[in-house]
Amino acid sequence: MDARSQILDSIRKSLKRGPLGEAAAAGPAGRIAAHAKGLIPARTTVLDAQGLSALFVRMAEEVQATVTRVAAPADVPGAVADYLTNHNLPADLTMAPDPTLDAYPWDARPLLRIRRGRAEDLDPVSVTGAFAAIAETGTLMLTSGNDRPTTLNLMPDTHIVVLRADQVVGPYETAWDRLRAEQSGNAMPRTVNFITGPSRTGDIEQRIQLGAHGPRRLHIVLVDGPAVTTA
Amino acid sequence: MQPTSHAFKANVRDALDDDTLQRALGNMKTGFIGKRAAAVARLPEFEALRDQGMAIKNHTLENLDFYLETFERNVTNAGGHVHWARTAEEARQIILGICRTVDAKTVTKGKSMISEEIALNEFLEEQGLVPVETDLGEYIIQLRHEAPSHIIAPAIHLLKGQVEEVFRATHTDLPADRPLGEVHELTDEARSVLRQRFLEADVGITGANFLIAETGSTVIVTNEGNGDLTQTLPKIHIVLASLEKVVPTLEDATSILRLLARSATGQEFSTYTTFSTGPRRPGDPDGPGEFHVVLLDNGRTAMLGTEFQDMLRCIRCSACLNHCPVYQSVGGHAYGWVYPGPMGSVLTPSLLGVEEAGNLPNASTFCGKCESVCPMRIPLPRMMRHWREREYEQGLSPAPFRAGLKLWAFFAKRPKLYRLGANLAARLLGRMGRATGRFKRLPLAQGWTGGRDLPAPEGKSFMQQWQQRRRETA
Repeated sequence: MDARSQILDSIRKSLKRGPLGEAAAAGPAGRIAAHAKGLIPARTTVLDAQGLSALFVRMAEEVQATVTRVAAPADVPGAVADYLTNHNLPADLTMAPDPTLDAYPWDARPLLRIRRGRAEDLDPVSVTGAFAAIAETGTLMLTSGNDRPTTLNLMPDTHIVVLRADQVVGPYETAWDRLRAEQSGNAMPRTVNFITGPSRTGDIEQRIQLGAHGPRRLHIVLVDGPAVTTA
Repeated sequence: MQPTSHAFKANVRDALDDDTLQRALGNMKTGFIGKRAAAVARLPEFEALRDQGMAIKNHTLENLDFYLETFERNVTNAGGHVHWARTAEEARQIILGICRTVDAKTVTKGKSMISEEIALNEFLEEQGLVPVETDLGEYIIQLRHEAPSHIIAPAIHLLKGQVEEVFRATHTDLPADRPLGEVHELTDEARSVLRQRFLEADVGITGANFLIAETGSTVIVTNEGNGDLTQTLPKIHIVLASLEKVVPTLEDATSILRLLARSATGQEFSTYTTFSTGPRRPGDPDGPGEFHVVLLDNGRTAMLGTEFQDMLRCIRCSACLNHCPVYQSVGGHAYGWVYPGPMGSVLTPSLLGVEEAGNLPNASTFCGKCESVCPMRIPLPRMMRHWREREYEQGLSPAPFRAGLKLWAFFAKRPKLYRLGANLAARLLGRMGRATGRFKRLPLAQGWTGGRDLPAPEGKSFMQQWQQRRRETA
């Protein structure tokens, strides 16, 4: 007997039953179809949109991410340039080819040298958007796609994420709802990264060090005000 | 690795005499335990989430065949491949076969306990491949040719000086005058060495914290980001997971994720939680070209339907290790195999047999702390008792122990005689020990008095005092 059949047989033997019949399989199949939400902590459910943004910022800063809040999309390039200057970082950006990032007037800051594409080793700074931000724990949710390379989230020393206030949700479950609504059928993006602060390790004597393998710095530019639409 | 669980007692003596180990273990109380307590205190729903997590896993285990078949179908739909492995050897051969298809040389690895369980690194090395662990702690112990001593902090038994020593011995390009005395210098050194390994790897192997039946996704949780670089940069991503990791939906995984980091490190959420579904899609600028999942049984399906089924709820958070007085005293290596602490004391006999690992379930004070912190409410002490029973039934426990137990059972079954004996002994010992309140030595009790004094009883047995109090309050 092949391994697959034998393992499935062994499960059924241990559970003292045969394969689930149609009626018995309706339970677990229904559970998947319903994908019901479990208990959601009250921490976020009591908040309005402003409260969620404030909680997101507080939780993200607690895990050593930094946040700049700007009033309008036009302020984003300046916020990025200022962050790089203040931290003495090079103005060489590798930016996701994501069209939502075209909504920001990067030309207004001609000193920013921008390449669009995936990350290569030694790229110092990446700029990406995000799919959502989870206020519950200060977590960014990024999805992969043709114009959203995963390497940008992982390889550079500094990762800058431009986020719109309407992308901030309370619990993870709201973000899953939004993802399901956007994807056709059951298609998950190849990679969904939940990122909570910069990379870290405590593997030597339990002392926390930032920048173990991924970014040493995670900076979030949060654009308040109305949603940005791309033409 | 060759298990030494049978030599637990000798391992313990070595561990207690090891000053460096004892200093390293001293970091644990201020670290994991305090941080977990703070994180739990911050989430009023934590206890209710534990009940929910337990229910999700119980439901999944009762329908495990259904969810595994659903998972497999959805992995395939996303362009990935699922391989079923009954044994460690089957899993190793499957992985080798995949590596051979691209003539792989360097294989980077995210931390995986299953990889330790099937001794994958030794095997790949024998076959001429170069497996490289990329989790910092796991990398350090790979260089030292050691097993992990903790599930989520594999090098917790080491001090920074020992890490510097092994980096200087193995990183041959390292200038002798480069300072490596500080933890951040060691971390940076590992980062730059391992970054090159990520870039040159042909295959990346990770474990999985969850498998999602609904979407065919695999989930890894890390703080370093090493698992993500392992799976994103090479041509092939292989996920090695034991089959009880499956849960029905994204929401189910999310609910359990709320428990995992808090129980493990005391974080609200780990830095990187990554859901992977299939290989690189057409037009994607990065990601692995192939996506394989190896599902390992290795004795787990036989645990279903037995008194050890609850153990399959374990999410490998390490809370039971961190809070265990035995683990805190002897560390992880004494347990002699891959899984240490209370969860290891239950799982190791299940996977290796009680003949090899019968000592482990005896290494417990039954204080119950492990069960009280287990996010999945696994009744670890009860299962250790089951193993003790089996060990006794199979005649594996030592003869004096068995004779003593028989003698005790004779009296225990005759309560009047037992009480008479207990009253006499309490009175006698109470009188003998009245002067100092304690015994330095006592016949038949060297096992106790060899290590510490025995407090003298007050002169009355528990039952006598109980009845006296009842009379007084009546």
